[in-house]
Amino acid sequence: MDILERFKKVITIYDEILQQPHRTEIARELREEEDLFTLLCFSELLGLPNPAFYYTLELYPFVIERFHDWHLRMGMEKSPLNGIRCC
Amino acid sequence: MNSVWLAIVGFIVFALGYRYYSKFIAEKIYHLDPDYVTPAHKYNDGVDFVPTKKVVLWGHHFSSVAGASPILGPAIALYWGWGPAFLWVILGTVFAAGVHDFGTLVLSVRNKGQSIGTLTDRLIGKRAKMLFLFIILILVLMVNAVFAWVISNLFIQFPAAVLPIFIEIPIAIWIGYAVYKRKAKMLVPSLIALAVMYGTAVLTSKVPFLQIDLVRYFGGADNTVIFGLDGISMSFFVWIVILLVYCYFASTLPVWKLLQPRDYINSHQLVVGLLMLYAGLLVLRPELTAPMTNEVSDVSWFPLLFITIACGAISGFHGLVASGTTSKQLDKETDARFVGYLGSVGEGVLALISIIAVATLFANAGDFRAAYSDFGAASLGGMSNFINGAAQLATGIAIPANIARTIVTVIVVSFAATSLDTSLRLMRYIISEIGSEYNFKPLTNMHVATSVAVVSSAALVLIPKGPNGFGSGGYLLWPLFGTSNQLLAGVSLLLISVWLKKQGRNFFYTFVPMVFIFSMTLYAMFVQVVFQWSGLGETDANMLLFILGGIIFVFAFWIILEAFRVFFKTDKSPPIDPSM
Repeated sequence: MDILERFKKVITIYDEILQQPHRTEIARELREEEDLFTLLCFSELLGLPNPAFYYTLELYPFVIERFHDWHLRMGMEKSPLNGIRCC
Repeated sequence: MNSVWLAIVGFIVFALGYRYYSKFIAEKIYHLDPDYVTPAHKYNDGVDFVPTKKVVLWGHHFSSVAGASPILGPAIALYWGWGPAFLWVILGTVFAAGVHDFGTLVLSVRNKGQSIGTLTDRLIGKRAKMLFLFIILILVLMVNAVFAWVISNLFIQFPAAVLPIFIEIPIAIWIGYAVYKRKAKMLVPSLIALAVMYGTAVLTSKVPFLQIDLVRYFGGADNTVIFGLDGISMSFFVWIVILLVYCYFASTLPVWKLLQPRDYINSHQLVVGLLMLYAGLLVLRPELTAPMTNEVSDVSWFPLLFITIACGAISGFHGLVASGTTSKQLDKETDARFVGYLGSVGEGVLALISIIAVATLFANAGDFRAAYSDFGAASLGGMSNFINGAAQLATGIAIPANIARTIVTVIVVSFAATSLDTSLRLMRYIISEIGSEYNFKPLTNMHVATSVAVVSSAALVLIPKGPNGFGSGGYLLWPLFGTSNQLLAGVSLLLISVWLKKQGRNFFYTFVPMVFIFSMTLYAMFVQVVFQWSGLGETDANMLLFILGGIIFVFAFWIILEAFRVFFKTDKSPPIDPSM
């Protein structure tokens, strides 16, 4: 490995070190937005009237996988909603 | 003696400690297993639990724990001469801090990445956890109050540093926005930000007009401005109010908007600062002018040295970081040695340059003794002495002294501001946690909890008459800082020992530093509470310190009793999780 490549590698690691906490925070913000969106989609199942029901219903097939990630993250090994048997 | 020898000896001891002692601890005591599935893999959620390369994680851990404290503690501890401070920094790092930081990381990894607070709850009990929370609360309150004064003091002493510091805020917001909304890269913009800040520092050092000197604006130090406040007191008042208002916003905004990009810029400053000072040291090779030992009559080095130098040798705050975020990102368990042990070595390197900077600052031992005339003068002047000493070292790489002083002040204020808003944020979390624990709902609201934190810090800073004049009320409680922080380290070492004992392993290597830290801390607290603050000794009574110190002393003793009860309980049941 020549000096230039070594230098590039050092700079990449240095950049990664500094990016690390920033990446975490942005991922957390995005996850919170995602959770809110999931809540809006499934609000009917929780008894909250949803004016956009017809549209969110169409989104169900797309959010099922995210829903699975969400309930796992919340510490529930199996889906808490009877209507959705994702696992 | 030439100061380069201190750096060489320090580096050799650190290297040997890492090469041999940490290897022994990793293999024979903590039994690190390369095949153990770490929480980062087990609970990988792409946010908190993410397997991370060890070099990256080390850098992240080091930049989280490095702040103003490893600079301030050794700069004050030079009061007893450079010898004791140097010995404690190198030996404390190798035998106490390394084992502590490394151990809390391993303990947390073996317990689902849980933090020290949660582990105290689980391993010792709920009562111990609440006592622990109250101690941390007092700790962060002191940090808020004292750092608000320290930063204001630096702004008043070095007005050229004000503009570069303030410029950092809009640039950080811009970087945060660009990265979050536009997915831009961070390295180049943050390097430009650094260049802008240091460019401004050069300008403000040369052009007095650009120096925001409030004392001058208020008509000088002796001019009475309003309500009987003179120019200096009024400047303190204005800076402290500005800082606390800034902290309110900084701690309630989403972190990616301001704090993260600002910390990102500050991490560059850490690298720049360390390179600048060690390079300057190698070029200049200055003689140590401070005495190796300094005979004093007011405050004995034993046991106060061990609580004056917290970060830099062992510090409880490191355990909070290691078990809070670092443990959730550890890729392989064997990486814990590199990340945890070498993280504390990084702090040791920072403390070492602080000792060298101050020990080479003075023309001769007489000048040193004049500046460090008593412990109060040492505490008050510690930070300024470091800045002047560091600026002197930086002249070695051809930076003019006045510009170097401004740049070093910018670096130090950036670190201190990070500590200030992190501790305010931490205080908000603790107030919320206490609120939810005692079922008092209003305290769990973010703005209520932040307001309580800001108002109580402001009250402590401004209302009592502190030893350093108006605005230094926090210093009334500062003597309690070292002890509270070291208690935290002691409790963490105790938790590690309890865990090792449960596993049937040799706990001697964590038990000995734990006994040492606890005895030094309790001894120091006892001496201060009974002989200094109660009025029984030669000094006048200080009821505030006596009552608060007494409460912390009782709490500490209580936690230790609870912990020892757990430690010596014969536990015949198998561990909760056999894999732990």
